[in-house]
Amino acid sequence: MTAPLLQVRNLRVEFPTRRGTLLALDNISFDIAPGEILGVVGESGAGKSLTGASIIGLLDPPGRIAGGEILLEGRRIDNLPYEEMRKVRGRQIGAVFQDPLTSLNPLYTVGRQLVETITTHLPLTESQARARAIDLLKQTGIPAAEQRIDQYPHQFSGGMRQRVVIALALAAEPKLIVADEPTTALDVSIQAQIISLLKRVCKEQGAAVMLVTHDMGVIAETCDRVAVMYAGRVAEIGPVHDVIHKPAHPYTVGLMGSIPAMDEDRERLLQIDGAMPRLNAIPTGCAYNPRCPKVFERCRAERPELMPVAATRAACWLHQAAHKEAAV
Amino acid sequence: MSHALVEVQDLAKIFDVSPPWLNRVVERKPKAFVHAVDGVSFSIEKGKTLALVGESGCGKSTVARLLVGLYKPTQGQVRFDGTDTAQTLAGPGGQALRRRMQMIFQDPYASLNPRWKVQDIIAEPLLEHGLISKPEALKARVAELLRSVGLSPVDAEKFPHQFSGGQRQRISIARALATQPEFLVCDEPTSALDVSVQAQVLNIMKDLQRQQGLTYLFISHNLAVVRHVADQVGVMYLGRLVEVADKAQLFSAPRHPYTRMLLDAIPDIHMSGRARTPVQGEVPNPLNPPSGCSFHPRCPHANARCKSERPALREFQGVRVACHAVEEARI
Amino acid sequence: MSSSPAPAGAAPGAFKRFFDGDVWYSFRRSPTAIIAAVIAFICVFCAVFAEFVAPHNPFDLASLELMDARLPPAWMDEGQAKYLLGTDDQGRDILSALMYGARISLFVGLASVLLSMIIGVGLGLLAGFVGGKVDAFIMRVCDVMLSFPSILIALLIDGVGRAMFPNAHDTLAFAVLILAIALTGWVQYARTVRGSTMVERNKEYVQAARVIGVSPLRIMRKHVLPNVLGPVLVLATIQVAAAIITEATLSFLGVGVPPTSPSLGTLIRVGNDFLFSGEWWITIWPGVMLVLIALSVNLLGDWLRDALNPRLR
Repeated sequence: MTAPLLQVRNLRVEFPTRRGTLLALDNISFDIAPGEILGVVGESGAGKSLTGASIIGLLDPPGRIAGGEILLEGRRIDNLPYEEMRKVRGRQIGAVFQDPLTSLNPLYTVGRQLVETITTHLPLTESQARARAIDLLKQTGIPAAEQRIDQYPHQFSGGMRQRVVIALALAAEPKLIVADEPTTALDVSIQAQIISLLKRVCKEQGAAVMLVTHDMGVIAETCDRVAVMYAGRVAEIGPVHDVIHKPAHPYTVGLMGSIPAMDEDRERLLQIDGAMPRLNAIPTGCAYNPRCPKVFERCRAERPELMPVAATRAACWLHQAAHKEAAV
Repeated sequence: MSHALVEVQDLAKIFDVSPPWLNRVVERKPKAFVHAVDGVSFSIEKGKTLALVGESGCGKSTVARLLVGLYKPTQGQVRFDGTDTAQTLAGPGGQALRRRMQMIFQDPYASLNPRWKVQDIIAEPLLEHGLISKPEALKARVAELLRSVGLSPVDAEKFPHQFSGGQRQRISIARALATQPEFLVCDEPTSALDVSVQAQVLNIMKDLQRQQGLTYLFISHNLAVVRHVADQVGVMYLGRLVEVADKAQLFSAPRHPYTRMLLDAIPDIHMSGRARTPVQGEVPNPLNPPSGCSFHPRCPHANARCKSERPALREFQGVRVACHAVEEARI
Repeated sequence: MSSSPAPAGAAPGAFKRFFDGDVWYSFRRSPTAIIAAVIAFICVFCAVFAEFVAPHNPFDLASLELMDARLPPAWMDEGQAKYLLGTDDQGRDILSALMYGARISLFVGLASVLLSMIIGVGLGLLAGFVGGKVDAFIMRVCDVMLSFPSILIALLIDGVGRAMFPNAHDTLAFAVLILAIALTGWVQYARTVRGSTMVERNKEYVQAARVIGVSPLRIMRKHVLPNVLGPVLVLATIQVAAAIITEATLSFLGVGVPPTSPSLGTLIRVGNDFLFSGEWWITIWPGVMLVLIALSVNLLGDWLRDALNPRLR
């Protein structure tokens, strides 16, 4: 088995506030293999964007990494000084954010931003960089790339801008792309285009992708594996097909059930009562226990770690017995 | 055949987005207009839900606002229970009409006044229409409304920022139902909510519809949600209705090429990996719509007639479609 | 109608919420704000309770002793402890004159800011909410007012006032002065409120009120106004300092308060004549007092703006 590209080990992120320290990410661990597309899905407040931000090193203060490690190709990147991290960002890790309007500098042409990124990280001359930039624009499906490279961001539509942002992320040939809700601000028909584009160019360049989103449909279309997050913890992680069709964690079951389906009629959607706990009110034991239909005593007392269940891993005591049986 | 509660005929709304007069004179720029809604006709029967779907710029939100009187139609008519709404709202019967139709908005964070208590927010329509004036009766009615949307009466003393998005949307629903309206226009009520919260709100809305016989106009861009709530579905593109059909019909056998493209494009967790026709192009600029059928630049079935002649919404086997190719039985 | 940062509602609940809130927390943690607040409080206290705090009454002609005229401050030679900051050419105690003068200055400053707030917020709401020609007209008026220096406008109104009421000048002097300063300051409020109103007008809670059928006037008053007052408060604190200085300038020029009620500006002017004969204290101390008040109020305004800005927290 090849060594993982990205390893996140027991990551903890906290926010000191005047009312005490809030733990926003509580012992997150996962790996991303080279060239793999990992989806990170969860609802608002689950901590998925924070995970992405911590990996890129763009955690907004006062948030800070309080524990754990992030390793890129075996090397720790969570404790690098600013200058070192800046080199890693862009060259090894590319980023695609949600709002294409604010991801591009409106005062510079698209070409200039691309060339700047390329020459910063790769040993190419200006003209070589420009040729590569045109090539990237063509790859991301921008028509008339030779002319459009000298246009300003406001002259592109929303979908086109997001393609430029993807081109920018891929410019320095990074090994990992962190995409935080890249299609949420786009129309449905454009979403489909951007998703397939992301998938295609990443496979072509051999870049791994960490796709953060709340949209399960996008995950189903794009990812190889998916991690389901809840209240700053990973509830379940595994191959996409298994997590969606054979979910092991009750939260994942509830989540899948509450999504209206395109292919069947239901009178009522499955509904999970209550809401995700706020950061200052996370229950002891398993964070999901107040809302779980299958809760029992152990859930309220002890926090479960990820344990193997068939093809996935779920943090749920329900599967402890199965785990023990399998071990025996 | 039940009497259609809401009837819309050739509704149009044109916005003047011209540059200021001085710029027009000096720079010789022409006046610019956006046909946000360009001749839309449909009807909704009592107790049913019509969903309007489409992407950005299609005019569905404008239709919603035209129906409740936030905008005045440039052309065409909206009839509620037989009477013209634009005229009634401007006249003395306006308040009585407003009591019967209300609206729920998309953004749960902006649809409640952050400085008002929930009690005051929900009580406002009751006070405005003079339905209840005694404080105890008012409190009781607000408590009743809160309970009907799954919240507790003690929540009346809190402020909106103390609630989550889903709870705020429920407060909006409670406010909208205060005057016991018959018709609710819902502008993307769950688009800003998480999936599990969306499920809660959609279930409540369906329950309330059943209990109170409400009629809904449901605006959304999410076809899966629409499939769950609607009886009839209307698909809009650049201000025009391109297809109107019963839900089952639309989802099993879409006729218009745009509807087919939309259904194909949606990433769906249960149907991933299916073969699809690739999607082409983007929604054009509404300031400069294509001639003839506005979908023709993206349509795989467009011919010369599509480029020059705008198709009318015609009925084919129980479905209304605006497409030359369908009319000519080419697809 | 709510005009405080705490939302309208039960009064006891509002106080508790204020002290629990982020604004008070930020205040406790800001040394500048605390010092500024203390200084401002002392000045205001002395001004309001001048009769009780001041060691002498400088306007009681009977208590003046001409023998004690032009005495320097107490710590210098020839100074007397009785007159801590010295006396002027008529034997009036400077320290007491400062307190009485500060009262006049603060009164004029606060009253004119209040008046310009009412005019400015009202016009700003109207312009932002109604839009169209009304908005364009009001904005043009603002532009015109901004192109005149405020002192000139104040002089103009003052001149008109004197011309219209030559006999009643003294009693009306204050009203004319306050009006003059208010008319130079309202533009800022109008513009700020207009911007905020245009943002709030498009928010869905305003649309919901329109769908319910609430009249536009009621919407402006009960829905929009409480939400646009935040920046107005910040502006008001800073404008109090500006108004006091404007009043001082006008009084210095001789067209401000009547000479029977000397404000700090009047004191500075009167004392100016003695500056070159070495009796610096007569003009400098009122100047220092003016600076202290203006500075502390300005610093408070700065802190308030940062405290109310959610992005900086």
